[in-house]
Amino acid sequence: MTQPILTARNLVKRYGRVTALDHANFDLYSGEILAVIGDNGAGKSTLIKAMSGALQVDEGEMHLRGEQINFRSPNDARNAGIETVYQTLALSPALSIADNMFLGRELRKPGFAGKVLRQLDRKKMERLSREKLTELGLMTIQNISQVVETLSGGQRQGIAVARAAAFGSQLIIMDEPTAALGVKESNRVLDLIRDVKARGMPIVLISHNMPHVFEVADRIHIHRLGRRLCTINPKDYSMSDVVAFMTGATVPPEAELEAAVAAE
Amino acid sequence: MANATPADSALQNPADEVVSFDDERRGILRSIQNVLHKTPSMVPLIVLVLSIIVFGIVLGGKFFSPFALTLILQQVAIVGIVGAAQSLVILTAGIDLSVGAIMVLSSVVMGQFTFRYGWPPEMAVVAGLACGTLCGGVNGVLIAYMRLPPFIVTLGMWQIILATNFLYSENETIRNQDIQDHAPILQFFGEKITVGGAVFTYGVIAFVLLVIILTYVLNNTAWGRHVYAVGDDPEAAELSGVRVKRILLSVYMLTGLICALAGWALIGRIGSVSPTAGQFANIESITAVVIGGISLFGGRGSILGMFFGALIVGVFSLGLRLIGTNPQWTFLLIGVLIIGAVAIDQWIRKASA
Repeated sequence: MTQPILTARNLVKRYGRVTALDHANFDLYSGEILAVIGDNGAGKSTLIKAMSGALQVDEGEMHLRGEQINFRSPNDARNAGIETVYQTLALSPALSIADNMFLGRELRKPGFAGKVLRQLDRKKMERLSREKLTELGLMTIQNISQVVETLSGGQRQGIAVARAAAFGSQLIIMDEPTAALGVKESNRVLDLIRDVKARGMPIVLISHNMPHVFEVADRIHIHRLGRRLCTINPKDYSMSDVVAFMTGATVPPEAELEAAVAAE
Repeated sequence: MANATPADSALQNPADEVVSFDDERRGILRSIQNVLHKTPSMVPLIVLVLSIIVFGIVLGGKFFSPFALTLILQQVAIVGIVGAAQSLVILTAGIDLSVGAIMVLSSVVMGQFTFRYGWPPEMAVVAGLACGTLCGGVNGVLIAYMRLPPFIVTLGMWQIILATNFLYSENETIRNQDIQDHAPILQFFGEKITVGGAVFTYGVIAFVLLVIILTYVLNNTAWGRHVYAVGDDPEAAELSGVRVKRILLSVYMLTGLICALAGWALIGRIGSVSPTAGQFANIESITAVVIGGISLFGGRGSILGMFFGALIVGVFSLGLRLIGTNPQWTFLLIGVLIIGAVAIDQWIRKASA
């Protein structure tokens, strides 16, 4: 296999007496959709937050394309090219689509208006937002200056994904992107995820929804008791096998391999 | 009509007409709701225009003169400047009960630094503005970094600043005559330009300029957009890369600075420096903000709305006084307006659901 884009080794995170991450490992390869699944409390949110800069681990190290990374804030991760689509979407409902796309990294006008008067370049931000949404086939729904709270759940998800796709240069993390959506909108979002992948962007997908995971994932990272239990190919197993691995009912053969990696 | 098809007759069915009529009405209401949702300052503007028309009809030329109309502006200028500061805080879903106290303390600092310590009045003004910014900064640190609720922090700071004001000034008023003789710059905002019968004090001009500048800043700079985002959903803003704490701190500091500006304008308005002036500025500023359609839940509304809100209060006060009613009617009507404004805010918010 090629070099991984993002690796994590021996991540440990403790909250008081609770150990959320217990020497967890992680690997993401280029051009793949890697699903991260696990029972509630398995520590997958903690793992994801460590990668998106929302929290700092106590031990362990992460490498992005071979370079060690140490994020102090979500902004650090964003600057390194890692974009996250949060389960809550992190959109401001009262602001427009374009305002939301560029929230926290607004473009200013050139020259006097931008430098001295700090004036935003609305036209340019709206044009770029429109381009991004059109690329992902989302322009059927929006007037770019519409406020986000007037959009449906699926449309909002689309805006959040488009924002991540527009600014992510390395990888995109998506946390439960279909959890709040109906069947039709879920399918739309899954298509969107495949579109983003087709553009060469690796994706980390966190989901509880097994059918969705099996539909789009190239590999599945199973998280259990604060560490990676194994990584499997969804073609080799059925959904019920995977649920059995997740809950500890059966032990997958790949787990031995994993133990060997951990022992290194 | 002889060969009307069943479809035609179905169209003429009275029951269908009632249904379509209902739909249409719902449609109009819905679209009004959406327009208001986009431009929340429309409601106070409509109320303002209506109240000017009504008082104009009732009172005629006595009210509809350039003098009376600009008198309203003079009467609301101080509360309006404080209201602009209050608007910033309320847009972040906070509240500032200490605005009036900051205003008075800053004006006292300007006066006392000049007359007690013999500072050049220009420097004393700078010291007063710095004092206001510092008070706002204390609010900001406690709210943004210590994560204490704005209501409690500013309730405490209100008492602290007001007490400091009385202790420091020793309840001493600096007289109009002394200021005129030795430090006229303190009364700068009391100077006026007269155009025909219309009188514009520098305080009024400062108020209008401040509204224009803040409208620009809130709509056309990243900082302004971030103020709205923080008020709307602070967690979402943080995850999108907005530095929420810094924005909150800067908002409270700017609020303190604007309140100090109001303190300077207050000296121009009343002529003297009095530690007992402006006692109700905090409540009056919140009134202007709420009637102006800014949501107390944050993230919605505009400074322009607050401008109209302040003017509505001014129009009612002057209009009812000219009619000669008991002044309690003014308070009663303003109370009705406040509750009405909040009810409309709730209704507009439903447009999003």
